[in-house]
Amino acid sequence: MKSFTVLTGLAAPMDRSNVDTDLIIPKQFLKSINRSGFGPNAFDELRYLDKGEPGRDNSQRPLNPEFPLNFSRYQGASILVARENFGCGSSREHAPWALEEYGFRCVIAPSFADIFYNNCFKNGMLPLVLEEPLVAQIFAELYAQEGYSLTVDLERQVVIKPNGETLAFEVDAFRKHCLLNGFDDIGLTLQDAEQIKTYEAERRLSTPWLFGFAQH
Amino acid sequence: MAGKTLYDKLWQAHLVSQRDDGSALIYIDRHIVHEVTSPQAFEGLRLAGRKPWRVDSVVATPDHNVPTTHNERASGVAGIEDPISRIQVQTLDENCDELGILEFKINDPRQGIVHVIGPESGACLPGMTIVCGDSHTSTNGALGALSFGIGTSEVEHVLATQCLVAKKMGNMLVKVDGTLGAGVTPKDVVLAIIGTIGTAGGTGYAIEFGGDVFRAMSMEGRLTVCNMAIEAGARAGMVAVDETTLDYVRGRDYAPKAEQWDMAVAQWRQLHSDADAVFDRVVELDGSAIAPQVTWGNSPEMVLPISGSVPDPAQEADVVKQTGMTRALQYMGLTPGQPITSIRVDRVFIGSCTNSRIEDMRAAAAVVQGKTKAASVKEAIVVPGSGQVKAQAEAEGLHHIFLAAGLEWREPGCSMCLAMNADRLEAGEHCASTSNRNFEGRQGYGGRTHLVSPAMAAAAAIAGHFVDVRTFN
Repeated sequence: MKSFTVLTGLAAPMDRSNVDTDLIIPKQFLKSINRSGFGPNAFDELRYLDKGEPGRDNSQRPLNPEFPLNFSRYQGASILVARENFGCGSSREHAPWALEEYGFRCVIAPSFADIFYNNCFKNGMLPLVLEEPLVAQIFAELYAQEGYSLTVDLERQVVIKPNGETLAFEVDAFRKHCLLNGFDDIGLTLQDAEQIKTYEAERRLSTPWLFGFAQH
Repeated sequence: MAGKTLYDKLWQAHLVSQRDDGSALIYIDRHIVHEVTSPQAFEGLRLAGRKPWRVDSVVATPDHNVPTTHNERASGVAGIEDPISRIQVQTLDENCDELGILEFKINDPRQGIVHVIGPESGACLPGMTIVCGDSHTSTNGALGALSFGIGTSEVEHVLATQCLVAKKMGNMLVKVDGTLGAGVTPKDVVLAIIGTIGTAGGTGYAIEFGGDVFRAMSMEGRLTVCNMAIEAGARAGMVAVDETTLDYVRGRDYAPKAEQWDMAVAQWRQLHSDADAVFDRVVELDGSAIAPQVTWGNSPEMVLPISGSVPDPAQEADVVKQTGMTRALQYMGLTPGQPITSIRVDRVFIGSCTNSRIEDMRAAAAVVQGKTKAASVKEAIVVPGSGQVKAQAEAEGLHHIFLAAGLEWREPGCSMCLAMNADRLEAGEHCASTSNRNFEGRQGYGGRTHLVSPAMAAAAAIAGHFVDVRTFN
């Protein structure tokens, strides 16, 4: 996994609440058995004027000129600023895969849906929660100032605005640790294999009906 | 010291280790796998040279991509027209065959929607931790289990380690007392709950559904309610074990038998919140006041009783909400003040992991019996949740009732809930759907979804628009 330490990048707006994972990556693209290739279809229904299908050449499709991420001023953005309950809906990890491949390493919002939030950390992305008035302020500044960039320092847990103002944010210690170091958490868990085996042996005795399922 | 909640008990029973940083290692008893969210996880295992930790904890079935039409289905995997969908189902078969994972393949009589076949087969049981790469895994919590959806990286993590790194959620109680009126169903109850607390109301919590209404509710109904806990923002929903639970589980294929059954029941009887348990958040609703519900917008919280009228964004003070409402009305093609009953219905979908169990089939059949689908309704499909539901419904003659009324009787799968297979809406069409999400494009590009109960969907199929099933005849 890519590590995440300090990110400085252009911020782009996704100015609506309850952005669901169907909106981030529509289901027809979930038929892929690969982990990549979703970036060109991130926000497909908002981004293009026609209906997207897997296998189409997206560079030939008509772009929606009213969708902010298509504006020239937001090209190359790596930080997405969003409203409450971002990423609600399905558990599809294709959503963070699509955003990451599009170029976003960080999403800032007042709140996230739990599964999406969790999935981001598995992909070297930081979902960053700031209080609603602070996010509203960032939206206002971002609209007012072309080229508005933010710096996100995970180690120090601060967002630094262009005017130098810093905003502190919270993040779980374990998730921060994995993200800073780019750790594969399967490897970390397997370091506790003996503990898992001990637990499992006890459980085999206390709940024997849970074992040997496939042999039925 | 305060007593424990059901969630506290389930969490503690599965705690492998608690780390100093607040995270914990949780043991997973059952892992359900489907074709959409698993291929990258199996590939990840392979690339890292890892093997599944415990193959006998896993059960798989294809559900999202499978055709529901009889001719296509008769040809098995080869009958899947879309080559990309076909490869995904084939990949699941290959992965399961290679690793020795029990899979109910496309035309196995036990195949069905993951969240229907789990409880039905006894693969999902009270007291378990259950995960699946699918957010509606919350369904199984109805059995008194801790069950939740995970992403593909976590699917790989559970395959490799039998555990998840997790942080304990908060405890939330949604208590619904009173008695439901005739024609008011579990789907209406859960939609009313979401309408009350909002789609983020349960974020960060495990929700326990308690009170008279859930005690009196069937297992099928509880599965419907827990299914949509995720639409209230909660990864997990659950209901305490009682006689209804035990009666449901007893005799299922993979349920414990003989002495092990007695041993299991003794443990399962403890699976309820203690009388002095403390919840972080409690929400109470009066069940007697709940009417049949219909959603009007693109979030499940945009829901009203059938007697309601489409709201006016101008009356909303919050600007972000107002913008959301305006956008929803535009997408849905509705005008403020329009009565819900005036919304015409172009297609009807009765099915999905929310409402495709035998009771749902019976409720829909009871409404359409002896009636005929409105000519203006282009298509009304009934998609049973599993091969077993289909067989049971046919044994009861329900398919004859649907066919006689002009509805279609299909093969089991996820179908038009998310339209990954060929079942979908055309742009601009309104659908009375018993599924769980009314997001933009969910049931087809430009499609307009209204979430309702099976009885309400059936009534809309006959009337051609939404009607109050309580007074419909």
